[in-house]
Amino acid sequence: MAGPKKKAKSAKADKARAAMPSPSRESLETYYREMLTIRRFEEKAGQMYGMGLIGGFCHLYIGQEAVVTGMQHALEPGDTVITGYRCHAHMLAAGVDPKSVMAELTGRTAGVSRGKGGSMHMFTPDRGFYGGHGIVGAQVPLGAGFGFAHKYRGNDRVSVTYFGDGAANQGQVFEAFNMAALWKLPVIFVIENNQYAMGTSVARSTAVQELYQRGEAFGIPGNQADGMDVVAVQSAAEAAVTKCRAGDGPALLEMMTYRYRGHSMSDPAKYRTREEVSKMRQERDPIENVREQMIAAGFADDDALKEVDRDVKAKINDAAEFAQDNPQPDSTELHTDILATA
Amino acid sequence: MVELTVREALRDAMAEEMRADGDVFLMGEEVAEYQGAYKVSQGLLEEFGTRRVIDTPITEAGFTGIGVGAAMAGLKPIVEFMTFNFAMQAIDQIVNSAAKTSYMSGGLVNVPIVFRGPNGAASRVAAQHSQCYASWYAHVPGLKVVAPFSAGDAKGLLKSAIRDPNPVIFLENEILYGQSFEIPDSADHTVPIGSANVVRPGHDVTIATFSIMVGKALAAAETLAGEGIDAEIIDLRTIRPLDEDCIVASVEKTNRLITVEEGWTMAGIGAEISAMIMQRAFDYLDAPVTRIGGSDVPLPYAANLETEALPQVDDIAQAARDICS
Repeated sequence: MAGPKKKAKSAKADKARAAMPSPSRESLETYYREMLTIRRFEEKAGQMYGMGLIGGFCHLYIGQEAVVTGMQHALEPGDTVITGYRCHAHMLAAGVDPKSVMAELTGRTAGVSRGKGGSMHMFTPDRGFYGGHGIVGAQVPLGAGFGFAHKYRGNDRVSVTYFGDGAANQGQVFEAFNMAALWKLPVIFVIENNQYAMGTSVARSTAVQELYQRGEAFGIPGNQADGMDVVAVQSAAEAAVTKCRAGDGPALLEMMTYRYRGHSMSDPAKYRTREEVSKMRQERDPIENVREQMIAAGFADDDALKEVDRDVKAKINDAAEFAQDNPQPDSTELHTDILATA
Repeated sequence: MVELTVREALRDAMAEEMRADGDVFLMGEEVAEYQGAYKVSQGLLEEFGTRRVIDTPITEAGFTGIGVGAAMAGLKPIVEFMTFNFAMQAIDQIVNSAAKTSYMSGGLVNVPIVFRGPNGAASRVAAQHSQCYASWYAHVPGLKVVAPFSAGDAKGLLKSAIRDPNPVIFLENEILYGQSFEIPDSADHTVPIGSANVVRPGHDVTIATFSIMVGKALAAAETLAGEGIDAEIIDLRTIRPLDEDCIVASVEKTNRLITVEEGWTMAGIGAEISAMIMQRAFDYLDAPVTRIGGSDVPLPYAANLETEALPQVDDIAQAARDICS
């Protein structure tokens, strides 16, 4: 994976990380609670899938929590976010009640899409999140379209457009890069590089693996950040947001991250070794990273963190119970929402 | 009434809606400085400027996705395809992103967008520039599909399409662009989506058709009138939602139905109408429904073969003689 260029970039990233101010106690507590909420939610979703309570596809975000959490903290109301199908965490990061996200996973009436979208199709426009899209790469021009709308309206809002290392090879991604740069659209393209497009590693799919360079042909500056470090993510995000708000056109961020679970629930992950996964979990875990920082700084002790753990777990258990008890949509729902009425 | 070409009527519809609503904008290849590949957007750049009349690179998937995203954000884009054949590059964005999002979001996000441009055969441009996509898009819940014939309907339906909160596929016809029609002289002239029009009343046979084939059916009806066959012509105008009641009422009167479309008959609009009539008006039929469509071949270039492949006035007239005999 790591060629010489990547090492050089990582050294640069390390240096940038060292220059960042230490996060406050309040920030660390917030990161910890938010990332833990995503992890416990996804673990619970995995269990419920195993029990047959969630159907279809279910793509878990476990391991990648720092990316969406750090990005979200760089945003303001009115900014918009869009992603592909690995979207539960983006809903939670936008501030949606885990109950309505879990109820969507179980296909119930209180789900955010009233049970009609499922795991891959969730939206909360009031909070600026516009899905939740199931076709790999298609969300990238859509995200550029949100940037277009922000610019058309003459505001200084930004469009955060997430996609994976797999989607980075789709042709329409480059079409979107070209127009975003040509028209100076306020779009932050965020590549969540979790190293594997389903079962195909970046090395096996991608001629030049430095994905942060993908925008250079279009004049889009790229930056790589440690996607397992929420502070590094937020710092990179803030720089990109500042550039976009100033009207300087799009930015590209490559977040180096890792998913611990398979691509989806049906994936036994035989394309990588157990050792590779456990090494990431032990040495790079984004939540453990924050936990250690909090203890080292004397912001919290084990007991205080356990209290947070219990609290988050209880909230997720409530969501799981709610999502199982909530009724399925009424059959009259079958034929509603196909078309909007004026 | 004023006399306008279809081309001018479409331009006027866009201009009027853009004057009325600042969220409406036009994007596509050559729509601005070139004034439209077929000059449909003549004068719009001059009036509305580069912010609202936007030349795109040749990048259908990309600019269609950008249009759909902008619509999700609440703007009202008009996306012009130089022809609907090129929209094949972007059909995923039309079907998966535009048509399905309202449903998938439980109604939280809608997509008010118009996709417009010439559809079907022009003249001697062969297979890759000549396909009719009416049945492709009519297949998809979440889309509305419009295919006008006259200038008045083109203007009135395009205005309705721009105001509609849903994705609308607006199928034009290159050969019709230059044809003139009398149309109401009013900025309020709209035609509702979903309503067919009996353009020639008759008693002996119903001919249900749309777009350029309406003109051919009307010509056939003139010939037939001289032979004592009184054909009723329905201009469907909207393909989805289909105005079933209009067709059923006509068949209840004439007891015979011919469908005419330029596209292939396999899984076509005529097939759909035929099945619908069998369910809703079976007892009224005195003869099996006849479907007329383009020959089941990629459209050839040679002039004689092209003429043979596309439905002609004589084909329609002969089908009417056969069904009435």
